[in-house]
Amino acid sequence: MKAALICLVAIVHREALRFVSQRGRFLAAIVRPLVWLIVFAAGFRAALGLSIQPPYQTYITYEIYIVPGLCGMIQLFSGMQSSLSLVYDREMGSMRLLLTSPIPRWWLLFCKLFASTAISIFQVYTFLAIAALTGIGFSPAGYLAILPALIVNGLMLGALGLLLSSTIRQLENFAGVMNFVIFPMFFLSTALYPLWKMAEASTILRDICAFNPFSHGVELIRFALYGQVDWMALLWVLLAFAIFLSGSLWGYDPSRSMVRRKA
Amino acid sequence: MTSGLDVRGITHRYGKKTALNDIGFSLDKGLFCALLGPNGAGKSTLFSILTRLFVPDAGEVMVDGHSLAREPGKALARIGVVFQQPTLDLDLTVRRNLKYFAALHGLAGKDADRRIETSLEQVNMAERAAEKVRALNGGHRRRMEIARALLHGPAVLLLDEPTVGLDAETRSSITGHVHNLASEQGLTVLWATHLVDEVRGSDHLVVLHRGKIHANGNAAEIAGDVSLQTRFLEMTGGGK
Ligand SMILES: Nc1ncnc2c1ncn2[C@@H]1O[C@H](COP(=O)(O)OP(=O)(O)OP(=O)(O)O)[C@@H](O)[C@H]1O
Ligand SMILES: [Mg+2]
Repeated sequence: MKAALICLVAIVHREALRFVSQRGRFLAAIVRPLVWLIVFAAGFRAALGLSIQPPYQTYITYEIYIVPGLCGMIQLFSGMQSSLSLVYDREMGSMRLLLTSPIPRWWLLFCKLFASTAISIFQVYTFLAIAALTGIGFSPAGYLAILPALIVNGLMLGALGLLLSSTIRQLENFAGVMNFVIFPMFFLSTALYPLWKMAEASTILRDICAFNPFSHGVELIRFALYGQVDWMALLWVLLAFAIFLSGSLWGYDPSRSMVRRKA
Repeated sequence: MTSGLDVRGITHRYGKKTALNDIGFSLDKGLFCALLGPNGAGKSTLFSILTRLFVPDAGEVMVDGHSLAREPGKALARIGVVFQQPTLDLDLTVRRNLKYFAALHGLAGKDADRRIETSLEQVNMAERAAEKVRALNGGHRRRMEIARALLHGPAVLLLDEPTVGLDAETRSSITGHVHNLASEQGLTVLWATHLVDEVRGSDHLVVLHRGKIHANGNAAEIAGDVSLQTRFLEMTGGGK
């Protein structure tokens, strides 16, 4: 029990040190959504009339609408970044060090997941703070209420990263993942447009969006920002988390391990 | 008396290729065993199995009386390992690296600090604790990995070609140090190498070639009336 906690602290600490040493990564993680927020949102504002829909009670501007989506985007990129670092760890051998620890493997993987979630949440709050400075702010209670939503969403995306890291063999393949996972997940979600807006374009698009777990992560954050719980979204995100996690535990299982290829 | 390391009938395939074919040997406590084999013999594959990075297709491993398959936690806690490829965090200091490893074994605080000091002293690196690993030369990095492998007080020490890329003097000092660990501290050592000159006459020797054991016994006895080098070349067909 004590050993498990020591292990958790050490893994989180190591990931935090690594994060701090990669200042470029942090900068990119913050600048990317800010660009969306300031440049695109301002440009699109006129073009996108948003009607009143839950959780909003009045007409809102486009900037307000996309903030939860951008929080999700930060977590999405962060989850993929951790996945990348897991693949890197495997190439560099430090994954082996981790996996030969006597502490159960599922716990070690959970520690990694926990660390990546914590880092992504830190980035989200930094982004929200800067957004608030530019005048796009929310209620203090809202900021607090999104914390559980960010945790669940971070775990779900982190587990997706873990799953990908157990299947991707080489660092070079990572660019492909960016194209095939991050972009579709982000663009085919409710991050930038609400579902009804998507339906106007095509019903298939709408259905994909409604299926995409990332949409639900974003909606969870959106509702939480107004102190509400979108139960359906929560359920959907938890389900996706369970699926991704079992997939990655399977991938890291020593008896059919993907690691065997690269170990 | 339970043996330090007991390997029974290990077979492992990569796809169709059999990398290990019915490997078995047993090492008493305090024994230094050289696992000698040319490139591609299957040494690293065996190490991955001994550290449970993956599970073999058949066979069993007992570490200090614990089955690796049935009690992986207990068995892994008794193993210290130095992999062929270095596994250090270059941008962290020596001490940070060791602390991280200690934590992976559930060790922290004063206990971990004390163990780190002792194990660094053992390899004469106490004064380098605050340096970044990147600043260390190859010999020091290796020694540090050996110190790290001993941190949690294992009963079995596994080293996969630990002297590759080191100069002659460093090589012989590391080889000597690990021999002492076996004879003085009772560690069971499995030392993989393809270099015959690292094997001493008194060592236990397992010759591995193309996934099969070709000899298993006392090194001097295996060599017999010719040099070990000659015997090894005979067994492995002229080096290939
Ligand atoms: N991931 C893998 N996939 C397929 N074949 C592999 C894999 N890893 C090793 N092999 C093959 O299995 C055999 C044993 O490899 P292994 O790395 O265990 O040998 P080794 O004795 O450690 O060699 P070296 O001295 O070069 O380190 C080799 O023929 C190698 O090509
Ligand atoms: Mg090898």
